[in-house]
Amino acid sequence: MTRVNLALLVFIGCVAALPLFGGAYALRLGTIACMYAILALSWNVVGGFAGYPSFATAAFFGFGAYATGVLLNKGVPLAPSILATLVASLLLAGLLGAVLLRLRGHYFAIASLSLVEVLRELVNNATDLTGGGMGLNIPLASGSGILADATFFFYAMWGLLLATALMVIGVSMSKLGFGLACIRQNETASDMVGLNTTLYKSAAFGLSACFVSAAGGLYAAWVHYIDPSDVFDILYSVKPIVMALMGGLGSPLGVVSGAFLYLALEEVVWRNYIQIHSGVLGVLIVMLLLFLPHGLISLRSRMFWRKAKHV
Amino acid sequence: MWVAQVLINALVLGCLYACIAIGFSLVWGVLNVINLIHGSFIVLGAYLAWGLYQALAIPPWYVLVIAAPLFFILGYLLQWLLLNRVITAPVLVTLTLTFGLDLILNNAMIYYFKADYRKLTLSPPMGSISLFDVVVPVDRLVATGFALALTGVLYLILRRLRVGRAIVAVRLDRDAAVLMGVDVKSIYATAFGLGAALAGCAGVLMALIFPISPLTSSTFLGKAFVVCVLGGLGSVSGALAGGLLLALVESVGATFLGPSHVTTLSFALLIVFLIARPQGLLGRKGFE
Repeated sequence: MTRVNLALLVFIGCVAALPLFGGAYALRLGTIACMYAILALSWNVVGGFAGYPSFATAAFFGFGAYATGVLLNKGVPLAPSILATLVASLLLAGLLGAVLLRLRGHYFAIASLSLVEVLRELVNNATDLTGGGMGLNIPLASGSGILADATFFFYAMWGLLLATALMVIGVSMSKLGFGLACIRQNETASDMVGLNTTLYKSAAFGLSACFVSAAGGLYAAWVHYIDPSDVFDILYSVKPIVMALMGGLGSPLGVVSGAFLYLALEEVVWRNYIQIHSGVLGVLIVMLLLFLPHGLISLRSRMFWRKAKHV
Repeated sequence: MWVAQVLINALVLGCLYACIAIGFSLVWGVLNVINLIHGSFIVLGAYLAWGLYQALAIPPWYVLVIAAPLFFILGYLLQWLLLNRVITAPVLVTLTLTFGLDLILNNAMIYYFKADYRKLTLSPPMGSISLFDVVVPVDRLVATGFALALTGVLYLILRRLRVGRAIVAVRLDRDAAVLMGVDVKSIYATAFGLGAALAGCAGVLMALIFPISPLTSSTFLGKAFVVCVLGGLGSVSGALAGGLLLALVESVGATFLGPSHVTTLSFALLIVFLIARPQGLLGRKGFE
């Protein structure tokens, strides 16, 4: 395991101490921070390692939120619902990936964007199951006080983040990660030397979807009410990309710090400039791409990290 | 008789869709940039038409003359100052950059115009004409006429003008165009400016027909996506074919399945096309 990945695990470990310091507000922020980090890390598998510009994060987030929401409404307890969501989304994304990942570049970006639209419309129209545009109310899971509830969901999200980080580190150290790096550099060439690119890409797409869906499920259980325009919001697809770009594409530590930094900026902007918050986000994106295209990790000091593995 | 009505509706709608998509298709085809700000340009154009009609009672078809140069300059500057800096970067970067620009423009519009839906209502209204039970509103017909005219103008620019030939040359083979002495940066800016001008003009026409709000920009953008993929990139005829096909599918789908399933249908069609025929109806293989 490289020093950067160890640093990531230590960093995530430190986050777990948050409930010792903060109240309900800090816990809410911490939960969202963990959620963003999950989305960004997951996106990084397909977008950073394999180099495919996926905009499907919102699709899987929404899928997970609705899958868990429907299961919870049917009386299934939280943990099995999340697990079922995770497995279902892994299979769904693996299958979809086998079809969609034949496309490259712009065409893949468009197809993954339209996946969000298709799923949103399907949920919108399946009123019997999902409540359609009226949204879906989700029964309270624990019902044991505000602070206990907040702590519970913080640790649930944190645990999921830890699992995601372990998955990403595992992928980056395994043959799968090596194969994905080959695909990013030259897909045709890796195909020629006998790499099963379709299998590798589908596996990456599946892995990048399942934790996002689980996070969506936890989010649904946490906020108790979801509606299609909320959980299938295209911003859920774009934010992880901005976070990854902010931190440094392909580097798990960079991506997680990008996610935390992004949340901090978002919170400051939300608080102070509520009317122009999306405009400020836009300015941030433009500045970032023009002036810091390789992310914060490119600012690192040379003596600490000798070379970046995935840039 | 309803068959004729559905076909006429599809024809009228299809020309409008083509007009929405054509600038988007040009930018995508020539610059290889997915221009997410396109939808907001359309809405901005619609607000221009609405504002000028409210304030000075200038009918929308005259606004076209004002909108085209204004949006051309806006687009040209945007490309020259910002996008040209990252034009060689991977898809992700250019796409995210235009997304950021779209956020800024859209937020500015929500800030100044509010999110209320507005409609440009001509006084007196233009009414509708009916022929053998087929009813067509006149304002739609007028807008369709102008949409076709705009499409024709772009076709002539690309065919006849020197700068148009240069745009096509860059699209076909960037490196060869550079060797022939084409200034690629300025051609990029011109193409983006033309795309923006077409978006602005499309917006002016949309103001005649659809209610306008900054929130509708994503709908327009979605239509442009689908039309481009269905028809094939970067060609005028492709956008026209894609627009007509999309409108036909939507009209027939709305008749049989109900209007709530139209979006699902069109995006499902998009995915099928992406997988089965990514070059579109009229596109040729190999031009990515």
